Amino acid sequence: MSSGTDKDVEVKDTAEEHSTSSENTKPDSMSKDEAKKFYEEKGLDLSPDVPVKPKPIPAFEKSLADKVSSKFGDKITVDYVRADRIRVTAKRENIVDVAKFIRDELKYDHAESVSGVDYPDSSEIEVIYHLGSYTDEKLGRQIFALATRVPREDVPNPGSDSTRTPSLRDVFYSVEFHERECFEMFGVYFEGHPDMRRLLLPEDWADIPPFRKDFKIKGR
Amino acid sequence: MTTQLPPGMHIETVDEKIMTLNVGPQHPGSGHMRLIIKVDGDYIVSCDPDPGYVHRGEEKMAEYRNYIQNIPHLERPVIHDSSNILYPYCLGVEELLGIEVPERAKYIRVIAAELNRCIYILYWLAIYGIFLGHSTMFMWPAGDRELFIDLLEAMSGARVTHAYLVPGGVRNDLPSNFEERCLRQVEYFEKRLREYEAIFYQNPILKARTEGSGILSRTDAIRLGTTGSVLRASGVDFDVRKKEPYDVYENLDFQTIVMKEGDSYARSRIPYLEMFESCRIIKDALKKMPKSGSVRTKLKPNPKGGNDEVYRRIESGRGAIGYYIVSNNRPEPYRVKISVGSFRNLICMPYLLKGEKLGNMPAVYWGLNYWPVEADR
Repeated sequence: MSSGTDKDVEVKDTAEEHSTSSENTKPDSMSKDEAKKFYEEKGLDLSPDVPVKPKPIPAFEKSLADKVSSKFGDKITVDYVRADRIRVTAKRENIVDVAKFIRDELKYDHAESVSGVDYPDSSEIEVIYHLGSYTDEKLGRQIFALATRVPREDVPNPGSDSTRTPSLRDVFYSVEFHERECFEMFGVYFEGHPDMRRLLLPEDWADIPPFRKDFKIKGR
Repeated sequence: MTTQLPPGMHIETVDEKIMTLNVGPQHPGSGHMRLIIKVDGDYIVSCDPDPGYVHRGEEKMAEYRNYIQNIPHLERPVIHDSSNILYPYCLGVEELLGIEVPERAKYIRVIAAELNRCIYILYWLAIYGIFLGHSTMFMWPAGDRELFIDLLEAMSGARVTHAYLVPGGVRNDLPSNFEERCLRQVEYFEKRLREYEAIFYQNPILKARTEGSGILSRTDAIRLGTTGSVLRASGVDFDVRKKEPYDVYENLDFQTIVMKEGDSYARSRIPYLEMFESCRIIKDALKKMPKSGSVRTKLKPNPKGGNDEVYRRIESGRGAIGYYIVSNNRPEPYRVKISVGSFRNLICMPYLLKGEKLGNMPAVYWGLNYWPVEADR
């Protein structure tokens, strides 16, 4: 099965084609009501996969997000504000300023993880920093996700192509090894990082960065 | 002469006084990772950690399997702590799919996680003991670990890789008479743990080797983003179980162990003291657990997540484990990122080992509570 990248394309319900246990799968000929009864007898949950429940926007998290958006205006996008989680996307020109603001004004002090996510459809790679705080009691539960998007090239040449973004190592020292991992796995070069070498991959790795979507696992 | 070298390779210039040592990746003193250490005589002048020897691409594999198929392989990075590494995955998938977990399952998950934490810490303590030349400290934890392995075997059917936690609850209910047996073994174990204190932690040789070595200040611990026992040994009171309680941790009675010294001794002592807290949690959970009821919410076959993402974290034996899961209306996750405690603590190795004697490297290195296989994923 290919890794799904078409976000907007309606994907066929794969329950029938992939489920290996035949007893829990309804025969194709059943009508909707019969199928409902069939599932109820099996004790299976019939609710939609993701129930849509509007949740109230928490006030504390909202106030933090408002501070960032009042400072940077339309340079950033607040993607969501949920309980304990805020996510903001910044352009890569502004990411260092936004990160400094988050560190100095909001008192987040370390990075928990730096992830890359490959979006070949829009020719972009997203780099997302999950920031947390040890020093501020109020922020103990909070994770601030700061994301940016970098262009993605079909024929990558890590370190020498346009897939690059400023490093946050001078702002959050703890990103050092995480950014190195993101560099080798996605080919995102972090400008200003003092030690942009490979970390986990072998030294003689000569293929494309392996976490990109066009790198397929053999036999899959 | 110039030679074309493969990318990532370089020719090292040799200094007369400085010698480069590769500790690992097959050296028993480092586990499955390489430390490139430069020594001047007996003293370490620089250390460059080189993980990746056992990198298996768990994150990539997760993109090819559906949410249920991902369970058994995601626990492989740290099989001794398999419940804890699966815990944030289950929490994340439950949030993505909107699944409610039955109350009894929440307690059972906490018990499994705490038993697994003890199993991991005992395994680590055995290795720590043997690398400091204390073979009793290898035998005792390795033997006492069997108690908890037997308990988890009774719960899940497997001795090491349990795959017991699943999105929606746990795989199966507890066996009959489990509460009584678990209580008996935990109480016996607490008695045994007290004996470790005299033979290991008050041992003058251990103290001489570890006290005052590899000091990490509070500021540095925060700046470097360390986690788990490394962070708490440097005086930062942070435990995800307390700060962002998941499942039923907020109802349970325990405390966070914090020490101020920041040296190898404090780092090695914190996991030991945390085992007492784990015992407290298990006993309290056994008391407060609903005595009957469902332990698993059944899922639809091949459930699909929406166009959403989630970041969930828990506290494991080695620090916080965070899962960042992106879903895109498919039965498989679009991206799974695992941020593990070992990988986050890797960054402080060059700082702590610099200036140490080479002979004292295992005391500092293993004191970091570092698990190479987990860091590589």
